[in-house]
Amino acid sequence: MPRRKGAPEVNAGSMADIAFLLLIFFLVTTTIETDAGLDRMLPPMEPPEDIDVVIKQKNIFTVNINRNGQLLVEEEIMDIKNLREAAIAFLDNGGAPSGSPEYCNYCKGKRDASSSDNPDKAIISLKNDRETKYSTYITVQNELVGAYNDLRNREAQRLFGADFVTMESEYLNPETPSSVRDELKDKVKRIQELFPQKLSEAETSKNQ
Amino acid sequence: MININRKNKSKLPQISTASLPDIVFILLFFFMTVTVMKNTNLLVENTLPNANEIEKLDKKDRIIEIIVGQPIKQYAGVIGAEPKIQLNGKFAQVDEVGSYVLAKLAEKPEHLRSVAIISLKIDKQVSMGIVSDIKEELRQVRALKINYTTFEGDAFNNLQ
Repeated sequence: MPRRKGAPEVNAGSMADIAFLLLIFFLVTTTIETDAGLDRMLPPMEPPEDIDVVIKQKNIFTVNINRNGQLLVEEEIMDIKNLREAAIAFLDNGGAPSGSPEYCNYCKGKRDASSSDNPDKAIISLKNDRETKYSTYITVQNELVGAYNDLRNREAQRLFGADFVTMESEYLNPETPSSVRDELKDKVKRIQELFPQKLSEAETSKNQ
Repeated sequence: MININRKNKSKLPQISTASLPDIVFILLFFFMTVTVMKNTNLLVENTLPNANEIEKLDKKDRIIEIIVGQPIKQYAGVIGAEPKIQLNGKFAQVDEVGSYVLAKLAEKPEHLRSVAIISLKIDKQVSMGIVSDIKEELRQVRALKINYTTFEGDAFNNLQ
């Protein structure tokens, strides 16, 4: 009997099958998901230095949510579907008379003297009850952010011919080349200055 | 003519599949490295609300998660059905949120600390009371950048 040389070869034909099996397992379990949500800044604990800044009542847009999810906007009951429109009307009002330093030359609102002077002065104050449902609160937040985004989109379209939201997301995307990003940064900043997000959240009311 | 054709056909070489395992392995390794298995199992119900004016949280390294919701069935009998906070895979009280955030911040490299975002994953059914308490805690420790994490969708679906 002739002697065999070396060990017999292992059949590697099924290697591909095994690898495929593993591959399919990882394909199925992988979720390349990124969370998304509404970004907010909380107010710092210590009050700002200049407390004696007086804010005129007409520059504040109050939104109250009660425990049943009903809305009281500027002392009137409002359906949540109309909130965005009302917020846009308030922010875009531009009530300061033309010629005054506060005059807003890009506002397209009604220029009602009893509403906000200009977008920079306009503040939205959001108040909620402890029993308010979180989902209602998020809907209201979403509508208010939406109102700002609508106005910013309008201005971005007018000035740069692009949507603010797409510009901002491109600016925040780390894959965008830095030369493009620098250019976008100025544009995004400029639009943000036209309509600064001033959304104040009062502390939750406890006894209602 | 016909003859030549037939000759060619019969000589058509077989495609070598010897490199197939290699290709598959490369794919396999890619998916193995990309896969992040969910290591925190949820102790609370966590159906996020919908919103459409959202921004993506794509930098995972600077996110601190706080999960809030009603305890799932198997715990509801023990600790009740009131909304609870889940930190690091454990139930926690409201006053633990601040120290948890500080501890998480301390783990992060220095340059990320100022840009860290607190991702609040809060169930739809939770009432605002506990959310306000958490926000108050976060203000105490000066962690002011928050993100109400939501699903993408029509915000008015929340109201039903």
